[in-house]
Amino acid sequence: MAATEVLDGPDIGRAVQRIAHEILEQNHGPEGLVVLGVPTRGVPLATRLAAAIKRVEPGWDQALGRLDVTMYRDDLSRAPTRAVGRTELPAGGIGGIDGATVVLVDDVLYSGRTIRAALDALADLGRPKTVRLAVLVDRGHRELPIRADYVGKNLPTAAAERVRVLLEETDGRDGVLIEGAER
Amino acid sequence: MKHLLSAADLGHDQAVAVLDVAEEMAATQAREIKKLPTLRGKTVVNLFFEDSTRTRISFETAAKRLSADVINFSPKGSSVSKGESLKDTVLTLGAMHTDGIVVRHPASGAPYQIAHSTWTDASVINAGDGTHQHPTQSLLDAMTIRRRLKGGQAGQDLSGLAVMIVGDVLHSRVARSGVDLFTALGAKVTLVAPATLLPVGVEAWPAEVFHDLDRALAEAPPDALMMLRVQRERMSSAGGGFFPSPQEYAREYGLDAPRLAALAPHALVMHPGPMNRGLEITSEAADGARSVIVEQVANGVAVRMAVLYLTLTGAKEPGA
Repeated sequence: MAATEVLDGPDIGRAVQRIAHEILEQNHGPEGLVVLGVPTRGVPLATRLAAAIKRVEPGWDQALGRLDVTMYRDDLSRAPTRAVGRTELPAGGIGGIDGATVVLVDDVLYSGRTIRAALDALADLGRPKTVRLAVLVDRGHRELPIRADYVGKNLPTAAAERVRVLLEETDGRDGVLIEGAER
Repeated sequence: MKHLLSAADLGHDQAVAVLDVAEEMAATQAREIKKLPTLRGKTVVNLFFEDSTRTRISFETAAKRLSADVINFSPKGSSVSKGESLKDTVLTLGAMHTDGIVVRHPASGAPYQIAHSTWTDASVINAGDGTHQHPTQSLLDAMTIRRRLKGGQAGQDLSGLAVMIVGDVLHSRVARSGVDLFTALGAKVTLVAPATLLPVGVEAWPAEVFHDLDRALAEAPPDALMMLRVQRERMSSAGGGFFPSPQEYAREYGLDAPRLAALAPHALVMHPGPMNRGLEITSEAADGARSVIVEQVANGVAVRMAVLYLTLTGAKEPGA
């Protein structure tokens, strides 16, 4: 299968760095920021993003967590049974997201259904002031009225193609690949 | 996983996977909003042909926390009291497009019969059948032991731990599922009972058998001590004459203060409930610091949420 590398390691690092600055710019500083990664690859990306924000704003309490959306998905009766992951909110625990500006982090934005599930999961955990979405790759083909606030790279793709995000933490190296269909 | 009929059907890896999901379910139960939308639109019937408080309420709670619709069925006040057969009852449920059937039945094998029939295509979960199996009870016991003695992290099993089951093994589905599940998870299982309360063929089970509780506690010190419920009616000649008297049973096999003191400092005291205080367990043991009996009930909801999730989600296999 033909695979084209569209982002390499340094590209991903620069994208994360830029998104960190954009978040701080739009939020007028780190006040009330909570970064939540959506498993699987949203979690290491969220960790990197939080570290990048912390480098710019050392005073930030680095409120970082993970939000598992498995039990909120709308395809549980269609796909094979999924393992359930852990949801961890930053210190402050339950209700720690009340009034906060939550930045959801995922690797690829595609149909938007994962983010729909994430928004439902979030609503059961508390009431953030604002919810924003940061993704490394936006590949289009949305099926719901959802958009990302911060995008690493917009990647127009065909539905038959497959976008694979590789991260050091989960896959041993950094990179974004497009597989399938002739390019 | 389409059905859960027997703990023996779960291998090591699948059992660990169920416990991992149960831990995640338990984590959601600490939240202010405990309800999850996971099984929205699914219907679960609690088909209980035997009396039960905690198992039925536990399954009902679990199903409702996952947003399934729950229908409780009991033979009293239903057509079963008019002589309706199991087949016709299940056919009726099948015609109503039930997604899951949780069965408790006095006949061993009833859940298996339903699962392998053409009466319904619902998932079947065994909530105790005769003297055969009670898999969710063993899963919640395993979850309790794993969490208390190993930390409860994902992927852990019970290897290196010794579990002792004391009491009426002969009539106990809890003991049978326990032996299957705990040994599959790598634990060493010891059974302690008078010879009259052990089944024929117990020597073939993967468990060491003792007839003397004090000797067993000394020679095979347990990390978890599980006291089985003893039915008082079995303690006299009228009930089958399995033992001369309740007093003698309590003296020989009851968990009392000296036996409690003989346990290792970390050892857990467990009981599947309902307890006969003063018979197989004293109040001192049941309410003591080592007792995890109330925790077992709490973990029961998490385990049943996990089992409902794993059996009722996932694409239907063709023809299934």
